[in-house]
Amino acid sequence: MKRITKAFFAFLMAFLPFMAMAQIDGEFVKPRTGKFLLQNATVVTITKGTLENASVLLENGKIIQVGTNVSADGAEVIDCSGLFIYPGMIDGGTRLGLVEVSSVAETNDYAEVGNITPNMQALTAVNPNSQEIPVTRVSGVTTVMTVPSGGLFPGTAALINLLGYTPDQMYGGFKAVVMNFPSSARRGRWDRRSDDDIKKDNEKALKEANDVWEKAKTFAKLKENGAELEYYPEIEQMAKVTSGELPLMIEVNAAGDIQNAIKWVEGKEGKFIFSGVAEGWRVADEIAEAGIPVIAGPVQELPTRESDRYDAAYANPGKLAKAGVKVAIRTNEEENVRNLPFHAAFAAAYGMGKEEAWKAVTINPAEIFGVSDMYGSIEEGKVANLIVATGDPFETKSDIIHVFISGYRIPMSNRHIRLYQEFLDRSPGLEEHK
Amino acid sequence: MKKLKYFLAAFLGLSFSFASAQTPKGSVLIKNATVLTVTNGTLENSDVLVEDGIIKKIGQDISAPSGVETVDATGKFLMPGIIDAHSHVALDVVNEATAPIVAEVRMRDMVNPYEIGLYRALAGGVTISHAMHGSANVVGGQNVTLKHRYGSSNPADIIMQDAPRTIKFALGENPTRVHGRGKGVQPRTRMGVEAILRNGFSEALQYKKAWEDYNSASSQKGSTAEAPEYDERLQTLVDILDGKIIIHCHSYRADEIYMLINVARDFGISKLVFQHTNEGFKVAPEIAEYTMGASVFADWWAYKFEVYYSTAYNAAILTKNGAITSINSDSAELIRHLYHEAAKTQRYGGMTDEEALSMITMNPARQLGISDIVGSIEEGKQADLVIFEGHPLSVYAIPQQTYVDGVKYFDIEEDKDDQRLKVSPTDMVEPIFLSEEDHRCLQGVELNFSDISETLFNTNY
Repeated sequence: MKRITKAFFAFLMAFLPFMAMAQIDGEFVKPRTGKFLLQNATVVTITKGTLENASVLLENGKIIQVGTNVSADGAEVIDCSGLFIYPGMIDGGTRLGLVEVSSVAETNDYAEVGNITPNMQALTAVNPNSQEIPVTRVSGVTTVMTVPSGGLFPGTAALINLLGYTPDQMYGGFKAVVMNFPSSARRGRWDRRSDDDIKKDNEKALKEANDVWEKAKTFAKLKENGAELEYYPEIEQMAKVTSGELPLMIEVNAAGDIQNAIKWVEGKEGKFIFSGVAEGWRVADEIAEAGIPVIAGPVQELPTRESDRYDAAYANPGKLAKAGVKVAIRTNEEENVRNLPFHAAFAAAYGMGKEEAWKAVTINPAEIFGVSDMYGSIEEGKVANLIVATGDPFETKSDIIHVFISGYRIPMSNRHIRLYQEFLDRSPGLEEHK
Repeated sequence: MKKLKYFLAAFLGLSFSFASAQTPKGSVLIKNATVLTVTNGTLENSDVLVEDGIIKKIGQDISAPSGVETVDATGKFLMPGIIDAHSHVALDVVNEATAPIVAEVRMRDMVNPYEIGLYRALAGGVTISHAMHGSANVVGGQNVTLKHRYGSSNPADIIMQDAPRTIKFALGENPTRVHGRGKGVQPRTRMGVEAILRNGFSEALQYKKAWEDYNSASSQKGSTAEAPEYDERLQTLVDILDGKIIIHCHSYRADEIYMLINVARDFGISKLVFQHTNEGFKVAPEIAEYTMGASVFADWWAYKFEVYYSTAYNAAILTKNGAITSINSDSAELIRHLYHEAAKTQRYGGMTDEEALSMITMNPARQLGISDIVGSIEEGKQADLVIFEGHPLSVYAIPQQTYVDGVKYFDIEEDKDDQRLKVSPTDMVEPIFLSEEDHRCLQGVELNFSDISETLFNTNY
């Protein structure tokens, strides 16, 4: 019996390569790099105006030349007449790569157990082969901040480009420790805590945050003085914040909490970014005064209070920008990060204006994250993250027809598109019912 | 006896006055708009005259009858009021999660005319929503079609009295986890879901026959036949079998969609609309042939496992295969920009303006059985209208004014910073909610899950 099984398997193994070959039909299109000349487009550089009939030369993953008189010189020429080139969009806050299917706990990797876990690295848990990445990038979003959530200090967020087979290949050169500022808002309608209880919970959480901060400062000082320190990864990571090596990205939303967070930050050394900032419009001047940049959003969102104007969330980024705050926009999404251009467009329509909205998904996040030498505009020397579209990429009617990430021309396909191709005209079609 | 007659007559009069409760109806002349009629193309520089809640005349150089206000819409776009075929706005509770079949429950019994969600929907140009029971049960409760007459104090005023009855069904993960996994009763699988449906309809047929037998026997002279016990649940199933109620079925996977098509065919049911229908594209020819189509999300996917193999091209595939297709919200946020959700079908599948606009006007109207009275700008139809700054399929479009039955319920120029209907000096500061509280299809079923991971019910689609 055993011998038969073995023989059968040997037989099977011998035929396997042929059987596999027979399955292959059509070629998989891979991302490919090289020297590309995108010719004769309207180039929206973001930082240096809009250039008509201009070309962009890419090589070795970088933008080599931008202008009206660029020689092809051995580059693969892509005719972009009548088309528009924009920088790739940056989403300032997502869970992309950390979640595959929200309701399936086994595929959720954004919230570790524990309240103070700043040493948890989002970059480690990013799945480069998530189906959600190709779905996102064909929309023109090339770079995202992927953010852990959960406790008081849930982990370290990382900027990633949406191309690569390892997290390191994707890494965009910026990390920040995340803090959930104690919130006076209710977590949902099921949150039946009394106002007093919420206040007490907040005071307790803030005290905990202060304790962590003091410990981290002590840790940093001891380390600086060459002390031999016990293994304490949480505080070691926080020490990078107190010493200014890593910024602290503070999730804070209710107006009162934003004011408290501004006070909390005052006098502390370190770099601070606010994220969420749903009620930022109520205290926009104070945020501007404090000089803290914000990652605002989601924009397509309900107002935080029933009495608010219906467009409070749509108008929030515009009101912040008008007050003088540096604003980036986020979706706070996982599978629908591809809607970033629409969040930005709503902000544009409700007071921010198109130009400022474009900055909020390109150069502003790049500057807030300290990577504006690499990302956020079409300038010579920057990383070749750009998109080619038939019109304004915020408009649903426009098609995005090329996307380059890190100089790679990425295949404009994903599972959504393959399903479309298979099922648009199904074969067999309708079988007559018996 | 006489007394009783008087009483009955009074009662009849009373119920008549309830049934014909005068909902507000307005008159207005909208001048010089680009009119997107949906059914008869785009009319440049045209006027629409509304009298007593009805579109009276569409054309050029119409002058206002005396007493009728004129609105200048030069440079603006006028389209029919947007219709959301799947919503829970204005409902206080949405799930009667106590049995796999709860057909007797009615959403019209608990609508809240004060809900701010109605006003927000109007601000997004939505004049009609289909307020649905939740998805906890294979056969859920009866839905209600609402006209967004926000500000009425009488719940009956926001109910679209001339809309036909509809009922919520649900397949897949939600009913199986509420009943099979949550309570240990059928269904726990998609096989069980089919069995619940077939058992229910078969029992309903027996019930119907029992009444028919009784009715014919009791008409015989000297009959001693006893009436069967009345059962509202079974009677509702009988009404479905008799074509008096349109089924709106929460569904995701192609196999379960195909299953319900077969069940419906076996029981002679043709009034069937699929909701969500994420994998509808896989059985698009069957949906087109045997049903009233599918109401889908523009791009939602991957939030639960049964929608992992979805595509944003779903609406386009369904449309091109001939299925009636609408884009819905199932969300208090998305309902505010259904014009944008419909516009996504232009990126995902290249739909024309008319096809995209139909998905939020005529097509949901057809699926709700109200397309003869709303859903397009045509003479004789109810005057549910929206004026847009910018083409409504542009992402930058902003609704300016929304009319229901010719009455203006939203005007961006008169929009208030404080939306409270009543401001009381003693009111506590209202609570702040940061995450959307709108995915409520499984609202109210938490108690069934006290020992199951919270993630199970945090995703309430």
